[in-house]
Amino acid sequence: MTADFLLSRYPYVLIAVLFAIGLYGMTVKRNLMKKIIGMTIFQTSIYLFFIQGATKQGATIPVLDPELGPSAELYINPLPQVIVLTAIVVGVAITGVALSLILVLYRRYGTLDEVELLRRMRESA
Amino acid sequence: MSQIPALIPTSLLLASLLSLLIGLKSRRGAHWTALLGAIAAFAFSLMGVKAMIDGDGEAIRYAAGNWIPPIGIEFVLDSLSAYMTAIITFIGVIVLIYAPRSLALETPGRERMVYPSMTLVLAGLVGMCLTGDVFNLYVFLEIAALAAYALLAIGDRGAPVATLRYLLFGAIGGGFYLLGVAYLYYATGTVNMADLSMRLPELMESQAVIVAAVLMVVGLGIKMALFPFHFWLPDVYTNAPSVSSALIAPVMTKVSAYAIIRLFLDVFPPGFFTANLPLAQTIGWFSAAGIIFGSVLAIAQHDYRRMLAYSSVGQLGYIGLGIGLANPIGMIGGLLHIVNHALMKGLLFMIGGAVRLRFGVTKIPDFVGVGRAMPWTMVAFTVGVLAMVGIPPTAGFFSKWYLLLGSAEAGAWVWFAVIIASSLLSAIYFFRVVEMVYRDPESDSAVEDREPLPRGEAPASMFWPITIMAVSIMAVGIFNVLIVSALLERVAAPLGG
Amino acid sequence: MDLLLTNRALFAILVSAFAAVAVALTGERNRNLRESWTVLAALAKFGIVASMVPGVLAGQRYDVNLLQISPGIELALRVDPAGILFAMSASFLWILTSFYAFGYMRGGKEKKQTRFFAWLAVCLSATIGICFSANLLTFVLFYEILSVATYPLVIHAGSEKAYRIGRQYLVYAITAGIALVGGIALVHNAAGSLDFVAGGFLEAEMGTGLLWAIFACFFIGFGVKAGVMPIHSWLPNAMIAPTPVSALLHAVAVVKAGVFGFVRLVGYTFGPDLMGVLGAAAVLAAFAGATILLASFIALTKDDLKARLAYSTVGHLSYIVLGVALLAPQAMLGAAFHMVTHAAMKITLFFCAGAIYIHTGKKKVSQLDGIGRQMPLTMAAFGVGAIGLVGIPTIGGFISKWYLAAGTIDAGAYIFLGVLLVSGILNAAYLVPIVTRAFFRTSPDHTRFDEASALMVVPIALTMTLSILLGLFPDAIFNFFSLAEAIVETVTGTTFGGAT
Repeated sequence: MTADFLLSRYPYVLIAVLFAIGLYGMTVKRNLMKKIIGMTIFQTSIYLFFIQGATKQGATIPVLDPELGPSAELYINPLPQVIVLTAIVVGVAITGVALSLILVLYRRYGTLDEVELLRRMRESA
Repeated sequence: MSQIPALIPTSLLLASLLSLLIGLKSRRGAHWTALLGAIAAFAFSLMGVKAMIDGDGEAIRYAAGNWIPPIGIEFVLDSLSAYMTAIITFIGVIVLIYAPRSLALETPGRERMVYPSMTLVLAGLVGMCLTGDVFNLYVFLEIAALAAYALLAIGDRGAPVATLRYLLFGAIGGGFYLLGVAYLYYATGTVNMADLSMRLPELMESQAVIVAAVLMVVGLGIKMALFPFHFWLPDVYTNAPSVSSALIAPVMTKVSAYAIIRLFLDVFPPGFFTANLPLAQTIGWFSAAGIIFGSVLAIAQHDYRRMLAYSSVGQLGYIGLGIGLANPIGMIGGLLHIVNHALMKGLLFMIGGAVRLRFGVTKIPDFVGVGRAMPWTMVAFTVGVLAMVGIPPTAGFFSKWYLLLGSAEAGAWVWFAVIIASSLLSAIYFFRVVEMVYRDPESDSAVEDREPLPRGEAPASMFWPITIMAVSIMAVGIFNVLIVSALLERVAAPLGG
Repeated sequence: MDLLLTNRALFAILVSAFAAVAVALTGERNRNLRESWTVLAALAKFGIVASMVPGVLAGQRYDVNLLQISPGIELALRVDPAGILFAMSASFLWILTSFYAFGYMRGGKEKKQTRFFAWLAVCLSATIGICFSANLLTFVLFYEILSVATYPLVIHAGSEKAYRIGRQYLVYAITAGIALVGGIALVHNAAGSLDFVAGGFLEAEMGTGLLWAIFACFFIGFGVKAGVMPIHSWLPNAMIAPTPVSALLHAVAVVKAGVFGFVRLVGYTFGPDLMGVLGAAAVLAAFAGATILLASFIALTKDDLKARLAYSTVGHLSYIVLGVALLAPQAMLGAAFHMVTHAAMKITLFFCAGAIYIHTGKKKVSQLDGIGRQMPLTMAAFGVGAIGLVGIPTIGGFISKWYLAAGTIDAGAYIFLGVLLVSGILNAAYLVPIVTRAFFRTSPDHTRFDEASALMVVPIALTMTLSILLGLFPDAIFNFFSLAEAIVETVTGTTFGGAT
């Protein structure tokens, strides 16, 4: 029963696991780099979720093909793809800013460990 | 006229780009470009407000790229978005006028990157207010957030760490919102707000819609620093340059609150947030807790900016209470508090920057004697404090007044008591500063050994924006009925049911 | 011209606000010019207020509607008998206080005089605003301005103690203000209107619980300013302010604003009938009666002259509250008239205390032996004020106390008659010894005749004269008695048939 349930929805299970790993990494890990990796995993799980809903077995790219005709069944819904593409761009930008921030921090304090970093910050203040 | 919804964000985006390019050559050019863009956006926003008043609230819709919605993205200017964009662009213009001198002191050599970021923040925020598409709202949300991270991170020593923490929680908030959009899309097949509002009434019981609503509100709640998601905020505001705080504290969190209000009023069916799913009440209770929590912690702070940050946590609660009350008069109070708090917090952060520029102090005990050294600035400061406490006829009184009326009408006696108690708490932490400011430095034992502060106001480019803000606080208070009857009553009308 | 005449109520408020700006802009550079702004504004304000008295007595009401400050609620002014009675006493005494304050501040070489006179003018604006408010929201607006504008005067000394007291004052005042705002929100929710109506506009049908909640909010809101125990303790402490402030604000304007609030509450919001039915009047009377006695006993124990006067003020304010709470027309008449007579008498006493302090540096009762020889005029005035407060005939205090006592009998509340008699004796016990000490004991410090400056002595003489005239010819001075009668007539419908 449980196995059936998991098998029939395995993409969602996978996404949920990724989501949890990402959140865990962002909130619990002490290393700032790992936090950013967690953030990327977290975001990716959301993209996957969005895309997963738009999968269609046996459908093709959403460009009208005279041979196939206008039946919507044969084409993939383009909107989720577009949305996720945009979201990925946003996500990359966020990651870029995050990386540049930890670069500054590393140059200034020579560590990426959050606790150590805060200690050095206090000392230098 | 029909172009206004697009012109407001476009003029800011364009100014941001030009300011970046011109900034390569000339710092002053970058500033002027940004300022002109903001002024243009403000002028368009005012035209939008006027169009709303003349047109009796008839929304102006603009289909981006001529793609007809729901396929394309549309920009919608209605009473609520006209109100919001006018506030955002007004604060933008004021802070941009104020910015150069303060930046020259606090972030020397990096100003040329600040102006494009400031206009980009503004563009993102007005975009959030104008878009008629829940996914596009996410994009603008992140545009504003990204530019804000840049502005905040250039501050004091602790700024990058604080900003990184903000970024991580912001990413979680954004992620939750996006996940909510995904659920909503798969439940309804659209991301257009107008379309959603037509399709959702049939789906009131749908699990997916309920999950979507919860995820979106939690995501926006993190972004708006709704208690208990506020923890990123104090560090960020404390370490940021005064200009960044003065721009971001007044408008940024408010726009996320706006997004919740928009979902509540226009996207989800009437009663969905109150009857099917007690989201509004939940927001209200968290806000009430936040008001008390923020005010109490503000009392404990020694750093002026940190005190303002905790005060923001509390003040945001008023907007949340307006949502939670879910009746027209309470919502009017919450909405009115958006402009009130924008003006008050902007003013107080700008004054903090002016004092820092003149005397280099940010700790409250060091403010002794500032009243004598900068008399007119401190008059403005007193106006801001009176508004924060809610003394009539300043603007701050009237939002509390409407919220009290709303609480009485809803029979929400605990919230009624919270509003009353919070006035007293804010009086305690703000009048402490007033007392410091007006203490006589000569007879004060605490600062006897300090050199007397040289007399003189901040430079004109900082002094006049401060004055304008202070005057606006009084004007909004006295003429609040004009705003309420021209815009807000119409916005809150759906709650009248 | 017509515009000027119809909007007189507004100008009465604004004139001192303009004066405050003028004073602040003139500053220390030209003291005489600065002082003349104050005098001009005081005279103009009194003139404007006085010009409306005949009209009000003839039944006219001067309305000014400015603009809406909340949907359906206007920032509105209305001059009625109650308002103009209070406005007359406050604005008249401001003239005298101004001159007195020039003498006091210069004699004492006080610092920050510009700030002092500017805020004093703002306080007067707010006070007159309170008098003429036509609805509760306008009322609370001026009430809060008054609270805040008094703060700089309380901390005037700039000492650590003054700041501490200033903080206490603010906590009390802000609590009172916000409680009041809460109460008004409840009224708006219950009645949908906030306009004062003679005889009240709340109805018993609105629910006992809600009405009691409203009453509780208002009790805190007004009780703090009116010094009703147990929420009075800011008032004696606030005596740290310069004496002109204690005299005008903490014996007349600010504290009477609280008392006036009770008048508006009982007479114009709840209405006497509802107060009686609800039982709130009895509660108010009980608090007031207890305050009268307790404050008198505490006054006995105070050696500091201003502190003794402060507790005397606390007690006498509750006379007025009691008179209002008894709901009997005669008691209300006595209460209204006591607003004026107490103002005249108590300001005399404070003026004397200030003159003594500035001239000799003495603050304590025990130091005043024989001072009557040095400052006979001052101490004579003090004696008049003292026996007036006790309630001896020929002085104003007698008339108001007489009607108060008659009112207790009308209301059948004999216990309060007892309270009045006991407190009369206590008044004598804490005030008269000061006078006898001054004249009948001797001290090597005070042998030669040496009065304070004329700027102080003349106002003292004038307030003393006013106290006596109010006792001899209650209606001759600015028709105060007729105004008091008009208040009672409009609120209760009882007619007295002309002035005595």
